[in-house]
Amino acid sequence: MKTYDIVIVGGGPAGLAAAVAAKEAGNDSILILERDHELGGILNQCIHNGFGLHTFKEELTGPEYAYRFIKQVLDLGIEYKLNTMVMDIAADKTVTAMNREDGMFQIPAKAVILAMGCRERPRGALNIPGYRPAGIFSAGTAQRLVNIEGYMPGREVVILGSGDIGLIMARRMTLEGAKVKVVAELMPYSGGLKRNIVQCLDDYGIPLKLSHTVVDIEGKDHVTAVTIAEVGPDRKPIPGTEIRYTCDTLLLSCGLIPENELSRSAGVKMSPVTSGPVVNESLETNIPGVFACGNVLHVHDLVDYVSEEAKRAGANAAKFVKEGEAKSGEVIELFATDGARYTVPSTINVDRMDDLLTVRFRVGEVFKNSYVSVFFDDERVMHNKKRIMAPGEMEQVILQKSKLQESKPKKITIKIEAEE
Amino acid sequence: MEKRDLTCIGCPMGCQITVELEDGEVISVKGNTCAIGDKYARNEVTHPERTVTTTAVIEGGDKPRVSVKTAGNIPKDKIFDAMKEIDSTVAKAPVHIGDVLVKNVAGTGVDVIATREIGVK
Repeated sequence: MKTYDIVIVGGGPAGLAAAVAAKEAGNDSILILERDHELGGILNQCIHNGFGLHTFKEELTGPEYAYRFIKQVLDLGIEYKLNTMVMDIAADKTVTAMNREDGMFQIPAKAVILAMGCRERPRGALNIPGYRPAGIFSAGTAQRLVNIEGYMPGREVVILGSGDIGLIMARRMTLEGAKVKVVAELMPYSGGLKRNIVQCLDDYGIPLKLSHTVVDIEGKDHVTAVTIAEVGPDRKPIPGTEIRYTCDTLLLSCGLIPENELSRSAGVKMSPVTSGPVVNESLETNIPGVFACGNVLHVHDLVDYVSEEAKRAGANAAKFVKEGEAKSGEVIELFATDGARYTVPSTINVDRMDDLLTVRFRVGEVFKNSYVSVFFDDERVMHNKKRIMAPGEMEQVILQKSKLQESKPKKITIKIEAEE
Repeated sequence: MEKRDLTCIGCPMGCQITVELEDGEVISVKGNTCAIGDKYARNEVTHPERTVTTTAVIEGGDKPRVSVKTAGNIPKDKIFDAMKEIDSTVAKAPVHIGDVLVKNVAGTGVDVIATREIGVK
């Protein structure tokens, strides 16, 4: 088997952008391993528009956005293998994979980039009572059936969860002639973008019921009806609030989970908050030379941010192959408290950071007219007012290398503070 | 006088805007907290437009469907007419991104173009 310097696990938006950046940083020995039969990942089925406003300054559909990167990979002559499943990544960065042409094979890589993406939270993880009939799909599965295969999963639809994929599918099913009866959301707010609530639900008169969940599914062979009920602040159903909808389809859009089985078995340290690897300023995990980017690292709402993050991972992997492990530099730890849930990265080695470093994070609830504050040890160095912050929208602060070199903090804390 | 309630999509604030209209003319916009909301509300009540994205059948392609979009916005009330026309279209492989598959869809003056590369089977 041929050997490669950099093996990239996953050929979606993160893997493609990482490959391009690693190549542009001077590495000519890159291999992308993709389990699907084509490059592009989940973007291929996201046929709606709104991608790429940050990266290309125009609104593209998912397949168009993916193709911009696929074309770069092809033009740069970067190697890739399709229909190839990675079975294991060892701590010494030996990647074991298999496909029909090569059988099982091993590549002793110098650097590995984790770009496996995420998957949808399945019904089994949601504790919905009722039978287990046909007609229950994750929103993403339904999206693939409709947009890629050209099949309709059903005609009368109830959707649980108001994440963006659920909202997008409410519109998509409606356009294809289905009747979407209701979207139920457990939380008192939607996890989806406002634009999607207006253009996917309001446009078609589809009701969104916040603080509601599914309490019963009827039908033995196929779904015949779904009952939803209001939930209290404890998220438990309130008796007497049940509404029954006859339907043949239930779509689930209840969150995404980074797909990290390979990372875990490699010994990569994980964050319990993001379910993704803990990374430093170079997007490198606790295993030197193993990098992570995109939805496997933390779930994003904008692909533009995935591409940007993945470029950094790719460039840093190429740098690692050339220069090896970091030997010097103080490591500063980052903490998220008071409403901020996590930060990516978790640590910063000032010697190795770029002049400007984007730190991304999410908030745990909706905050209005609040401040994002950054503390170097106990000193507040940034205090940015935000009109609104919501769990569904990723936030960021930008740190300057020169400031960190000047004040040499031991730790950096990001907090959400109310108006004084 | 007619009253219309809207949710602004300009940012995640999602201001609840009320627009008052007289004979189709906007008299007042209330509830918005910035200029984006005012502009959005005026457009939305006078000539709401959307980009439509869907798929079309393709013959002889290496994939079962080709994804498409309207090359620009079309009036909101033409969405289902446009869907009907796109659904009755059969494209022939190969297709490249940007190829026109339906001209002047539903009389809107806007073309429907491919958003995916489809090779020959």
